[in-house]
Amino acid sequence: MSETIKKFLYLNRKAPYGTIYAWESLEVVLIGAAFDQEVNLLFMDDGVYQLAKGQDTSGIGMKNFSPTYRTLGDYEVKNIFVDRDSLAARGLTQDDLLQIAWEDIETEESVENIVTVVDAPAVRALMDAADVVFSF
Amino acid sequence: MSILHTVNKSPFERNSLESCLKFAAPGAAVLLIEDGVYAGLRDTTAVPLIADALERVKIYVLGPDLKARGFAAERLIPGIGVVDYAQFVAMAVEHAKVQAWL
Repeated sequence: MSETIKKFLYLNRKAPYGTIYAWESLEVVLIGAAFDQEVNLLFMDDGVYQLAKGQDTSGIGMKNFSPTYRTLGDYEVKNIFVDRDSLAARGLTQDDLLQIAWEDIETEESVENIVTVVDAPAVRALMDAADVVFSF
Repeated sequence: MSILHTVNKSPFERNSLESCLKFAAPGAAVLLIEDGVYAGLRDTTAVPLIADALERVKIYVLGPDLKARGFAAERLIPGIGVVDYAQFVAMAVEHAKVQAWL
């Protein structure tokens, strides 16, 4: 079967827990990755809060789904980007974010952290390069 | 008796907090819940709004919602209080009414 690999861009702009968008996005990302498509995740605006480390939902009776982001590397997701201006507007730096490791089982190539903070021109380039954009 | 205002939206996405703080009377209490808690954090673009309001109203954050989102009380703007669910209930009882800014 011939396969066309498309570049998927998942655009995440909502904070976690207050609405269902972040959780739904993660579900769709995992499905896309399972179909061997090229997956790119971009977090901007309140979406950057999805990657905040130290989330503990024990007090609000909701599932803490933030550990799932750390497994994305195991689903061959290698491209995770965060808009720098969105972090700055919220008083955040990369130190406040989860680290997500990636490893290629066959070549043993590995990257310690695939979360990359990018400037506006790089964000534009990501959008230009994408075949499909899923907005959450 | 003053009003207890609750705000559950991020200040970076909606104008709920801005409207709330514009109309909250001096001496009122404002409780930030759910995504509203992000407004209480230091070093954000919402700091001037909060700093100005703290001179007239009391501002609180619901602790469990802050913790769920990955932030400790130390990350809050000085002057903002942290309450738990029991204190939320007590505040609702103490005030004349609760006004939600959805």
